[in-house]
Amino acid sequence: MNLILSMVVGTLFAGGIYLVLRRSVVKLILGLVLLSHGAHLLIFLMGDGLVKARAPFVRAETGVAPADSADPLIQALILTAIVISLGLLTFVMALAYRADQAVGSDDLNDMTSTDQL
Amino acid sequence: MAQHLFLPLIVPLFSAGVATLISRRRVWVRVIAVAATLFNLGYGVWLLVTVAAMGRQVAQAGGWTAPFGITLLADGLSAIMLLLTALLTLVTIMFSLVTLDPRQERFYYYPLLLLLLFGCSGAFLTGDLFNLYVWFEILLVTSFGLITLGGSRAQLEGGLKYVVLNLFASLCFLVGAGLVYGVAGTLNMAHLAERLNAIQEPTLVTAVAGFFLIAFGSKAALAPLFFWLPTSYHTPSIAVTALFGGLLSKVGVYALYRVFGTVFQSELGRLAPLILAVAGVTMVVGVIGAMAQVNVRRILAFHIVSQVGYMAMGLGLASVAGLAAGILFMVHNIVVKTALFLIGGAAEHLTGTGELKQMGGMARREPFLAALWLLASFALVGVPPLSGFFGKLGLIQAGVTQEQWLIVGVAAGVSLFTLFSMLKIWNEVFWKKAYGDLNHLPRAGAGLLAPAVILVAVSIALGLGAAPALDYSVLAAEQALDSAGLARDVCGANGCEAVELAVAR
Repeated sequence: MNLILSMVVGTLFAGGIYLVLRRSVVKLILGLVLLSHGAHLLIFLMGDGLVKARAPFVRAETGVAPADSADPLIQALILTAIVISLGLLTFVMALAYRADQAVGSDDLNDMTSTDQL
Repeated sequence: MAQHLFLPLIVPLFSAGVATLISRRRVWVRVIAVAATLFNLGYGVWLLVTVAAMGRQVAQAGGWTAPFGITLLADGLSAIMLLLTALLTLVTIMFSLVTLDPRQERFYYYPLLLLLLFGCSGAFLTGDLFNLYVWFEILLVTSFGLITLGGSRAQLEGGLKYVVLNLFASLCFLVGAGLVYGVAGTLNMAHLAERLNAIQEPTLVTAVAGFFLIAFGSKAALAPLFFWLPTSYHTPSIAVTALFGGLLSKVGVYALYRVFGTVFQSELGRLAPLILAVAGVTMVVGVIGAMAQVNVRRILAFHIVSQVGYMAMGLGLASVAGLAAGILFMVHNIVVKTALFLIGGAAEHLTGTGELKQMGGMARREPFLAALWLLASFALVGVPPLSGFFGKLGLIQAGVTQEQWLIVGVAAGVSLFTLFSMLKIWNEVFWKKAYGDLNHLPRAGAGLLAPAVILVAVSIALGLGAAPALDYSVLAAEQALDSAGLARDVCGANGCEAVELAVAR
């Protein structure tokens, strides 16, 4: 399972970077979406890797979780990262929509007015 | 425990909430914004003194024992940056009171500024790597709002590039944070420093450090990742440009200092040649880019890039002397760069354009503004006894001591070209004869000049009081590079590893 997820992460990064390098703003945003999914899954694989069916509950008598249980911290990290990406990507979509209205094109090559002298 | 570290976060956040609720009462919103910023300014001064007298201040969020919860941490570097953030926000608000378009003010301009103050203060105070990522996102999303506030075509185009490239850098940061957790199993900076210094797989750590170098390097606008900066920073209102130009790219530099000074200290020696090379290229590319520009704010935007190179040089020298000079230079640059944006912006506000061709005659019409420009631009170039001289002197001295001749030569040479750009603006905006009749233009009032006067006064004070400023920078650099002392202050006398072992047993 770790191997399969690693390959999924790699594919998401490859696809994301390909799309980010395209000229269309829509494809650029889709690329960012793929990249952020890749980053979230990558965090999921960190810690002790994927641990199945061993919830990190603390034993009442010892006050300590069993040594081989899943790492709860990475799940908290992913949740935080997902919420942040959701908010930021929503903002980017709204911004791209307004930019498309103002420029009349979603081609990045038409958006060079701030670079020209 | 120093629970007071939460105050500079709670006050701006709460004020932003209140200011949003009563956004129709414009006077009250302004009062709240000024009051909250003044509080942070006062707190910053107090923290600076406290850190100098008593060392690092540490607080644990929620009362969790150190390496497990989120640590708030203030050392010399944090205190300096916290103080400067509040100072810059204050002068930006003062400048906005006079120049801002009322329509922008209605769209929550002051609450956004307060949230930016909140985000920056949090980024400077956190002692947890993932928490730093969250603070970065908070200050980024408010900066997205501020840079596109107004919604002109240039802002939307520039803003889109700013947003996308910063999001990409944030993703690099996130991946780096994930990988570092996979390698070391902790995210507390003090604990990370302990573990990474002891780790046996240096190649893996170097690869992870590379992610952080890319992430913070592009946020700090180091070559070759700076292109988002000159394409977007001149588009929003003048006050926002000044705040971003002075503060935001330096948040990236702060993160570089913090993460490579403490967490990846073992990697700093290995990456130092790369950082020095990047620093040199950044200085040269920024200053050459500025030469081609014909707009006040665009010239200054390219100079931000050039001067970030000097700050990276301070890190690349990888010594207390180098880092101390880098910190001193950063302090000077934050103040003077904002002053230049505000003075050039005042001229732009009065004439109604920032294009050099259409400006002129300001020296005769506004001699006081012209005098401020001369002072600030000579400070930027590094003419003694103004503040820029001592930062550059320190960097060059450290470079000579460590026999890094190439970067020393580049740093000295780039200063000359900086002088060229500053004189170009002086000639075009202030000295040459005006094309049209200037008599119908408004005069610069006290409100327009006061923010720049404050910053120029701070710059002169930094130059005249260079000895105590340098002493404080050395203290800040020593604290930033002292990872063993950090672990003691954060986790207790035996360090973080001992705490974790005790709990596991």
